Amino acid sequence: MLGWELPPNNSGGLGVACYHLCKALSKKAVDIEFILPYTAEHDIDFMRINAAHPQDVEAVLKSGIAYDSFKYVKHSGEVESVDLFGQTVLYEKAVERISRESEFDVIHAHDWLTCRAALRAQELTGKPLIVHLHSIESDRAGKEFGGNPLVREIESLAIHMADQVIAVSELTKRGIVREYGIAPDKIKVVHNSMDVDNLESLDVSNAYHYLTALRQQGWHVVVNVGRLTVQKGVVNLLKAARLVIDQQPKTLFLIVGNGEQEHELIELAASLGISKNVIFTGFLRGKQWRDAFAISDLFVMPSVSEPFGITPLEAIGYGTPALITRQSGVAEVLQNCLKIDYWDVEGMANQIVAVVEHESLHRELQINGYRELERLSWDDAAIKLANVYNQQTESVGA
Amino acid sequence: MSKAIVLYLHVHQPYRVRQYSIFDAAVSHDYFNPAYDDRTSNERIIHKVAEKSYLPTNRHLLELLRAHPEFKLSLSITGTVLEQLEQWAPEALRSFQELTVTGRVEIVAETYYHSLAFFYSRSEFEAQVQMHREKIQQLFGQTPQVFRNTELAYNNDLAHWADQAGYKGILAEGWDKVLDWRSANYVYQPTYTENVRLLLKNYKLSDDIAFRFGNRDWSEWPLTASKFVKWLNDSQDATNFNLFMDYETFGEHQWHESGIFEFLRMLPSEWLQTASNSFMTVSEVIDTFQPVDRVDVPQTTTWADTERDLSAWLGNDMQSSAIKALYELQAAILATDDLTLITDWRRLQTSDHFYYMCTKSFNDGDIHAYFSPYETPYDAFIAYMNVYHDMQFRLSQTGVEV
Repeated sequence: MLGWELPPNNSGGLGVACYHLCKALSKKAVDIEFILPYTAEHDIDFMRINAAHPQDVEAVLKSGIAYDSFKYVKHSGEVESVDLFGQTVLYEKAVERISRESEFDVIHAHDWLTCRAALRAQELTGKPLIVHLHSIESDRAGKEFGGNPLVREIESLAIHMADQVIAVSELTKRGIVREYGIAPDKIKVVHNSMDVDNLESLDVSNAYHYLTALRQQGWHVVVNVGRLTVQKGVVNLLKAARLVIDQQPKTLFLIVGNGEQEHELIELAASLGISKNVIFTGFLRGKQWRDAFAISDLFVMPSVSEPFGITPLEAIGYGTPALITRQSGVAEVLQNCLKIDYWDVEGMANQIVAVVEHESLHRELQINGYRELERLSWDDAAIKLANVYNQQTESVGA
Repeated sequence: MSKAIVLYLHVHQPYRVRQYSIFDAAVSHDYFNPAYDDRTSNERIIHKVAEKSYLPTNRHLLELLRAHPEFKLSLSITGTVLEQLEQWAPEALRSFQELTVTGRVEIVAETYYHSLAFFYSRSEFEAQVQMHREKIQQLFGQTPQVFRNTELAYNNDLAHWADQAGYKGILAEGWDKVLDWRSANYVYQPTYTENVRLLLKNYKLSDDIAFRFGNRDWSEWPLTASKFVKWLNDSQDATNFNLFMDYETFGEHQWHESGIFEFLRMLPSEWLQTASNSFMTVSEVIDTFQPVDRVDVPQTTTWADTERDLSAWLGNDMQSSAIKALYELQAAILATDDLTLITDWRRLQTSDHFYYMCTKSFNDGDIHAYFSPYETPYDAFIAYMNVYHDMQFRLSQTGVEV
């Protein structure tokens, strides 16, 4: 399996999805060798993890947490920085070496970053290639037919060369068909999921002492957790926040995450005159991340285009109802939540006001959402993928 | 032994609340008229139901009334659907009037607004029953003798009220817990009453038509009129088969393609092949047969869901808080004497609004979802409460402290 990241060195949902998918697959007697582009320690016993790097390199270190550059530490002690594109090329070379040495039946590659390497492995071994798309370039660009042409070229080639394409939602499937003119029959949807038991439990005391105090004075907290990029639609959330605060002045918006839009969003909050009601926390992990959900009355995912979007499930798991845009894959599996179109700022504000104002609505969303979450499991995704593996290996054998 | 089919069809459409936002409150007081293509458009829905159900069904019923002098049935028609027919589908209203001029179609009494007022405000309940009686007299020239409460919600208190109000009968669900060892196929008398009679719906036979008819996985599919009549003829233990269902069963819940109209068309001739068989209206069956026993119903029963209680309307916190908030406005609203405001308040009492907020089976995308114009029960609640806020605003404009 070719992947770009795994927890705890992940920048977002991709690593989390790969982790849980592999764990569920391992229970279906699937033997996985997971090849990462960097060197790191993992507390994982259900699969083998291999860092792909050139032979003269001692270690590859991720620098930064997002899709940033990588540091190559050579045997000689020399350190070299490589950008993302360069990294995909070096990863390809390393995977090429590994595929000559390893035995496997199927190549399963996640997202465009691993696609060059996946195509090389397919060319060398003739093994079936499954390309699993957690997002496509037009999603990341927040614009149809948009994005980096080089990335689009790699995505397009891999999708066409793949024996089977997996999309994380019908939304993503439609996007692939639209962007790359591929036959819908070649794409199978395997939704991401969540096992509520896998959520780390909350402590008695919440990390946000200030917010805890404000809540006792009748304030409400609305949280967004995600990268601050165009794709995530936070601009519209802030515009909605302006309308909400007019109706319900004691409402705070907690914005968790970082990204290229961070400064723009801070300025937007100021120009809307709501800086006092908007708190930017930056990127968080662990307890502070969990507690951000738990301290809040409502989680909002305002994404313009969200291939899946696992954070609403995490929010519900921590007892916080979710408002999500219809332009998300998770909207295809989650019923007990509020849904809105990403461009409908007033509609978003209307729903936020209602949750803040009506405890009965908050409670029903909370209870029914959690019940629905309890029925979800990564096992369902693993069963579908194991079937794909069987089909692919059988068709090769015949 | 002679046996009668008592066919009773319930006709109702609510005034659905449009997707009314908090930003509409204090700005627009128009709650019920969205764009024509909106999911909540009452005008579009009444057009669709008239075309798919009311017009073709009434055509069949009129033919049957003309072909079979023995054929009879009973209808209940709410004030809210009558208003909408008057405004948007007058030809469908005329088709109902054509049925009643035969003298063999009896109209049943109920609340004008299809409300649950009986459980929240007795005075409001009585006002709505009176409004409905006047509307029926005006449009159909008859005065209802038999009462049905919204959703067949029934208990001893209601039976007592109907008895005092002079009704000769009342309708309820023939739920197993009510019947105990008894059969629904007889006339009963409620406990603690003097004159009123109780007719209990035979839910198995009624639901065979209303719910299971088009279900290809049902072991009895396809259900023909001759098969259905054979079941009735084979039942020894009966004087009357109370087939109570939504009128919209014909053509709307069961589509034309299911063969439901063919079933309806064949039912009278198949049933009347046996000389001692007949059709009776609800009054007629009460006049014909003596009650065989008294029935005690302390707990409220309804005709919905497996629970047969009010939980589909009042079971969760959103539902109970919304309806409570609405009835708390009663005194202030009525005191304004503002007919527009009072009418809006009454339209908001229709039970459907609370049904749309039901979450208990939302996950299964079941029957509740089918009937709702909202994407989720939460959206239904939000729109409703925003309208409630606007009502509060309008009250405050009249100088009333809310």
